[in-house]
Amino acid sequence: MLKTKFTVRASREIALNTWELHLTGDTSGIVRPGQFVNIELPGLYLRRPISVCDWGEGSLTLIYKVVGRGTALMAGLKIGEELDILTGLGNGYDTAESGGRPLLIGGGAGVPPLYALAKVLKGEGKSPTAILGFNTREEVFYTEEFSALGVETRVATADGSLGIRGFVTDAMEGLNYSYVYTCGPMPMLRAVYEKMSTSGQFSFEERMGCGFGACMGCSIETKDGSKRICKDGPVLKREEIIW
Amino acid sequence: MVDTSVSLSGVRLDNPVIPASGTFGYGYEFAELYDINCLGSLSFKGTTRDPRFGNPTPRIAEADMGLLNAVGLQNPGVEKVIDEELPKLRSVFHKPIVANISGFSIDEYTYLAGRMDEAQGVAIVEVNISCPNVHAGGMSFGTDPRSAYEVTRAVKSATSKPVYMKLTPNVTSISAIAKACEDAGADGISMINTLLAMRIDIKRRRPIIANKTGGLSGPCVLPVAVRMVYEVYEAVKIPIIGMGGVSSAEDVVEMMLAGATAVEVGAANLKDPYASKRIVEALPELMERLGITRLSDIIGGAHNG
Repeated sequence: MLKTKFTVRASREIALNTWELHLTGDTSGIVRPGQFVNIELPGLYLRRPISVCDWGEGSLTLIYKVVGRGTALMAGLKIGEELDILTGLGNGYDTAESGGRPLLIGGGAGVPPLYALAKVLKGEGKSPTAILGFNTREEVFYTEEFSALGVETRVATADGSLGIRGFVTDAMEGLNYSYVYTCGPMPMLRAVYEKMSTSGQFSFEERMGCGFGACMGCSIETKDGSKRICKDGPVLKREEIIW
Repeated sequence: MVDTSVSLSGVRLDNPVIPASGTFGYGYEFAELYDINCLGSLSFKGTTRDPRFGNPTPRIAEADMGLLNAVGLQNPGVEKVIDEELPKLRSVFHKPIVANISGFSIDEYTYLAGRMDEAQGVAIVEVNISCPNVHAGGMSFGTDPRSAYEVTRAVKSATSKPVYMKLTPNVTSISAIAKACEDAGADGISMINTLLAMRIDIKRRRPIIANKTGGLSGPCVLPVAVRMVYEVYEAVKIPIIGMGGVSSAEDVVEMMLAGATAVEVGAANLKDPYASKRIVEALPELMERLGITRLSDIIGGAHNG
């Protein structure tokens, strides 16, 4: 974990209620895709945990959906504003077990962390496939960015307004894969869990106090004992999940 | 050169700043960030006889200038704490340790106090009779003077280490409870635990926290805590560890002027992992600015006469 100042470089709405935020600052605390950052916002007591979409030396990209007070404040951030951020939080995805053809499944606001993961997997010479699920066309984002990485990308919308009509599990039909990485709303994670034929890793979300393992505010029970989503997670292996 | 040291029942602390139980784990997360030996002491995560998972999530909700929590005393149980957590903590922390214990019966409190009596590194036993987030025991011992008296007596019989009773603000007269603890032989009072609170999700029309209620802490409760420490200081002669929303060196001085001998820092550690260190470092300069040479001289300084 590293506590550092970041500066807003760009902020734009890339899909319905979905914002992309570019920041510059020290990203050396981030070591794995699937980790998150915890952002202090003026006027709010608790920081806001947001997953890392992409990072490079000195640059950080976050994508988030506006769902409440904190994310609404974030959408109002102006270029040049400074933010106090805890970086490199959580375990992140482990790419060691992915095999050659990992399947990445993201739902809505769960898509962003899979982008950095896809990049890392490609860098390791693997051939990931991505399934990106949304409710409707206006909410779709980053499909071109995934394709540009050379990742075979399938889009599913619940109302059929773009790509495959249905859920991400419908888009899994007929795919051969060696492993699954997923992030998204709880019902989607559960459905993927039931449908998948391999092992995999699931990224969970929980209301957090500190975000770095001190308060036990986000503990859940697993087959491997109690785990803090912020510190021992947010990524859990399929085998340890209790629904 | 100012003197920040204070003494709690004969236990000398280099400074009065103590991270509060439940906001600092067993210290490691913070020891990764800075040398936690700058702290006066450390009150570790509330320990029960048996391992506890705690309450279902969500356990956290936000408030303006504060937060609600209903963790529910999650801890690995006293044996694991003594065999594993305490030795690990002592490898990174060489200052006196405050052991925070919580029970569901007088017997359990007595047992825990006995185990902490033997535990190396533990200088003070802080007895939580005020947890608002468990449905049996916990706070019920701290809302009735007679129960508070009985727990104190039992704990005192099980340990020769100083016993500090941690009190709940969720009572009509906290002074009456504090007095009962003093009469039963308590060496000090630790106060205040969190204020029982609730937030409701207006879209779902249900309480945000799964336990429905949670304990409110953070800067929003500081004025309540200062008032209560002030009152209890006038009611008892034993020392007080003051807590509730302390987030700055100024808050430490305010709490001590109200009557606290030492101060615990809670919610602030969760917002800023460096909060306790920052407060310790800011104290000497603030003392100079306020013309304080010896910090212990200001204890209770806001009272008349």
